[in-house]
Amino acid sequence: MQELLQQVLSGIASGGIYASLALALVLIYNAMGLVNFAQGEMAMFATFLAFTLIDHGLNYWVALPLTLLLAFAAGVLIQRVVIRPVERAPILTLVIVTLGLATLFNGLAGFLFGYVPRSFPSPFSVLTVNLAGAFVSYRDLGVMGVSAVVLVLIYLLLQRTTVGLALRAAAHHPDASRLLGVRVSWMLALGWGLASAAGAVSGIMVAPILLLDPNMMQTVIIYAFAAAVLGGIESPLGAVVGGVIVGVTVNLAGAYVPGVGGDLQLAVAFAIIVAVLVLKPNGLFGHAAVRRV
Amino acid sequence: MLKRIFQAPPRYWLVLVVVVFFVGLPTVVTSFQSAEWAEVMIFAVVIMGLNILVGYSGQISLGHGAFMALGAYTTAILIHRYQLNYLATIPIAGLVTGLVGFLLGISAMRLSALYLALATFALAVVTTSLIKRPERLTGGVQGILLLPPDPPQLAKDMFAAVTGTPMTSDQWIYYVSFACALVLFWLAWNLIRHRPGRALRAIRDGEVAAAASGINIAGYKTLAFGISAFYAGVAGSLYGLVIGYVSPDTFPASLSFQLLAGAVIGGLASISGPLLGGIFTFWLPMVSSQFVAGQDWIPAQISSVFKNAGPAVSYGALLILIMIFAPNGVSGLILSTYTRLRRRLRGAGEPGSGQMPPDHQTVESPAT
Repeated sequence: MQELLQQVLSGIASGGIYASLALALVLIYNAMGLVNFAQGEMAMFATFLAFTLIDHGLNYWVALPLTLLLAFAAGVLIQRVVIRPVERAPILTLVIVTLGLATLFNGLAGFLFGYVPRSFPSPFSVLTVNLAGAFVSYRDLGVMGVSAVVLVLIYLLLQRTTVGLALRAAAHHPDASRLLGVRVSWMLALGWGLASAAGAVSGIMVAPILLLDPNMMQTVIIYAFAAAVLGGIESPLGAVVGGVIVGVTVNLAGAYVPGVGGDLQLAVAFAIIVAVLVLKPNGLFGHAAVRRV
Repeated sequence: MLKRIFQAPPRYWLVLVVVVFFVGLPTVVTSFQSAEWAEVMIFAVVIMGLNILVGYSGQISLGHGAFMALGAYTTAILIHRYQLNYLATIPIAGLVTGLVGFLLGISAMRLSALYLALATFALAVVTTSLIKRPERLTGGVQGILLLPPDPPQLAKDMFAAVTGTPMTSDQWIYYVSFACALVLFWLAWNLIRHRPGRALRAIRDGEVAAAASGINIAGYKTLAFGISAFYAGVAGSLYGLVIGYVSPDTFPASLSFQLLAGAVIGGLASISGPLLGGIFTFWLPMVSSQFVAGQDWIPAQISSVFKNAGPAVSYGALLILIMIFAPNGVSGLILSTYTRLRRRLRGAGEPGSGQMPPDHQTVESPAT
């Protein structure tokens, strides 16, 4: 029982990480109906930036917001320079451009920082605390806390501010928003910036656990895909719930289902993706897509 | 007959030149280079399969590396465990993979292009760990070693008569790959020109309109998936034979992305595109890493790092640039340049005037 609780708690902690990255995917999906395959690599690159900053003697809590700002700026820049020229292109073109971005960032990180895994500092100790009979590490608690703060901040921004309203309006009805004076194109850039920052959080949270190297996010992005798809890819709330469900499920499957173990946890995420897409393509919180013929 | 030959459109002559070039290639390059070009042929075959799926039927697959892996492992296991002739395993690998692709296509049909991309992306990433699991069958992390096949006596003698040296197994594999590529390209060309090709394009361009015209959408979409997987299976089987070794790391997720990238760079929805794509997929990583390593003025430390990072960076950058500036790929670029050049040479008016025939009722613009 105690072990089960422990597995669930550590699953929730990983779920928070997946939720941040899934939220980044959802933000971009909402902005332009695109799954950003480069999200994980962008987050990895931002994590390397944070690593460099900390390596140069900056305090963790100074480096973190600074990295998020940089990631935000990079996201806006990418949208302006790379995505905007192909904004209206068919979906295949967009998918391939994001794949190109992913390859580019992966290669660039390898070029600049090398492929040797590095240990990434965490402000939280790995000591454990007794929580209702289960032992949880401070690091897991910290991850949960930071993820929760980020998710709440993004929620507040989207739902409670004028900018958030404009952002949502631009995503849903670009033409009507333009008539009402919303600068739609810049809203898309803002969406990319926010997504980039949210992804960076997940990268920075996961780096102390997985060790930082250019291929770090390749598995995390699959879990994030599973989370986003499970929650319904257009729903921010769904991304969070999906992230937690995926985190816990994968953790429990690895621990209790015979034959899964550590190496097939990724296959569990894959199974979740396929099952949701085939059985309930709109996920838990998504709406059925209505298409005009 | 002779008249028909002389009046054949220039592209037929181009095909003939290309075929003659590739037939003669091993007689002038080394045996090792033949093996490299065999890989080019193999990539061309997968990309042709991908082209049928992505370019003609409009479904996206980021997981063709997984199909290649299935084909390669089918061949490896059949040879290793059941001592089958390697030539016999190539069609078997193709059929097995094609069947699996067909079955996957049934569920893929329900997905939109974006979701399909997502699911196949996940498949590409998962493949490596899935292969490792049934260790007794696949050899786990170690993989399976394949012996290089010996060319038959007839081929050996014929090759020796031309070049003076007996044929190596690399050269033989090149010819096998080339023959497969030739047959599969011919089949694809026929498929695309005729009824199924028209149906696929109709589905790609407007699913509802296609359904209203009586096209069996579900049937054709799964068929495209099956055919595409068949191509990938044959290519995977050949790939295992060329490399002489299959292991989970032979088929990383990046292979799948490189294949799609090759298909796009070469040019989707064209017959020449996959060949160009195959050349790009194989040579671009090689060239970009060797080019930097070969420059003396770059410090050794940097160039050794670039040797690893170079392909990825150049791939990514090239992919983005091509999508922005030439979304129809290299073959599209060549074709549009050729058309524009021909129009210019014939003096058929300004590009702005389009292809409208001269109309008496329009007011003639003053001569420029």
